[in-house]
Amino acid sequence: MTDTIKTRMIKVYIMGKEYDVPEGLTIMKAMEYAGYRFIRGAGCRAGFCGACGTIFRKKDEYKFKTALACQTPAEDGMYLTELPFVPANKAEYELEELASGPNIIVSLYPEIARCVSCNTCTKACPQDLQVMDYIQASLRGDIEQAAELSFDCLQCGLCAARCPADIVHYHVGQLARRLYGKFILPKSLHLKERNDEIEAGVFDQEMENLTTMDLDQLKKSYIERDIEK
Amino acid sequence: MKIPYYPGCTLKTTAKPFEDTTKAVSEAVGIELIEMPRWNCCGTVYSLASDDLMHQLAPIRNLIRVQDMGYDRVTTLCSMCYNTLEQANQLVKSDPEKLEKMNSFMDQEEDYTGGVTVVHYLTVLKEMGFDSLPVKNPLKGLTVVPYYGCLLLRPEEISIDNPERPTVMAELLTSLGATVVDYPYKLECCGSYHTVNHKEVVCEKTYHILSSARKRGAEAVVLSCPLCEFNLDFRQKDLEQELAPMPILYFSQLLAISLGLFDALEFDQHYVDPKPLLKEKGLLR
Ligand code: SF4
Ligand code: SF4
Ligand code: FES
Repeated sequence: MTDTIKTRMIKVYIMGKEYDVPEGLTIMKAMEYAGYRFIRGAGCRAGFCGACGTIFRKKDEYKFKTALACQTPAEDGMYLTELPFVPANKAEYELEELASGPNIIVSLYPEIARCVSCNTCTKACPQDLQVMDYIQASLRGDIEQAAELSFDCLQCGLCAARCPADIVHYHVGQLARRLYGKFILPKSLHLKERNDEIEAGVFDQEMENLTTMDLDQLKKSYIERDIEK
Repeated sequence: MKIPYYPGCTLKTTAKPFEDTTKAVSEAVGIELIEMPRWNCCGTVYSLASDDLMHQLAPIRNLIRVQDMGYDRVTTLCSMCYNTLEQANQLVKSDPEKLEKMNSFMDQEEDYTGGVTVVHYLTVLKEMGFDSLPVKNPLKGLTVVPYYGCLLLRPEEISIDNPERPTVMAELLTSLGATVVDYPYKLECCGSYHTVNHKEVVCEKTYHILSSARKRGAEAVVLSCPLCEFNLDFRQKDLEQELAPMPILYFSQLLAISLGLFDALEFDQHYVDPKPLLKEKGLLR
């Protein structure tokens, strides 16, 4: 006789229809279990790509919630929906041609001046970022703070879906980080030196040797390589 | 004296010289400005719609940050920030129902208790006593007028001085050794945000204010608002009438000069360069 481990089933509501799904699945898996198929709105399935931002509510709770569907367990009594994609316009700019001035971000994304500090974006962020604070830092030209506060942004778009001022936070944060990297962070000198060496052909011969070696030789030289201590 | 300092967006961008000179002055006179570690835009302009609480969130959230710091006062430099923060403050202090609604909306913050007061930096200086300022380089021979505009004085409930006959800036400037003359336009509005879409409105105001000041013998106009500064200074470029260039200065710039804090000075962000006048009077090093 074999013992079967009985999976506890939970009830979820997808697009208004009730389904029984096994407990312990993520929201994404629960929806797939119920028969939905994600052609878009799913990517890494590991909490990194930001493709799966989703919204839900729980029975008897007034709070509207946001989450990454691939990271958040489905719970009994959840109202789920197909995952929204958030349309967003992105400013066009040539980073090389931008100057780092105090009003640079607001000139490319003037709508950030409409922020009323309601903090809805912060509440929506599945990465627990201080989204309002990075928009506010961008508004006052504090590129460094905007870059640091938005560093872990996955571009999931949930903040932008919730903002009453129609701000597209993640593009703003991305611009701040680009400006930070280009104008504020110290330049890494060794990188420039190495690039110059590559361009001057210092490694061409070595590369040539490697790409023309036969497999046994390649294995041998791999095993005998110098390993940095 | 220790007091939290709310900078506001313009003080970090186009009005940096206002902030830099104030910081230097504060250090010299023993006012410890504790810059708020976390703040947002003041709300830019006080919303007059009585049912529009959304636009009161920004100012009140800033006051919650002051409360979080454990202080019951906060100072600011920009007249607009002062006006917006304190008007919102008085709104929620006088209307508990609105405050409760806003507190319940901002459910991730501590509730605001209404225990903070916003004081303009001029008031902080006045409390210390203008006579106690260690003036080293008196503004001898410099004739100025103060320009208050609207935001420091109106509405009456938030006025930093007598709203019809203010004297605070004149007192300060006199104690720095300047000659202060009076003129009828010190309370006149500069045209404010009309500068964006109706710059002719602002030009007209600017002309009246500055030509009147000039007639009374003023050589510079002194103020406390980055938007007034922009309007009275940069709009001189667009005037239809003839007017000899009039330098516009923040009160903190003259304070820094009179206290001998020359390293803090920076005049790059002016349209009418005040340096020739200040040099002619022998006030710059
Ligand atoms: S800041 Fe916005 S886009 Fe970035 S992770 Fe948070 S909610 Fe997603
Ligand atoms: S949701 Fe929009 S308006 Fe509200 S704080 Fe965030 S950026 Fe500002
Ligand atoms: S699928 Fe990539 S974060 Fe969820």
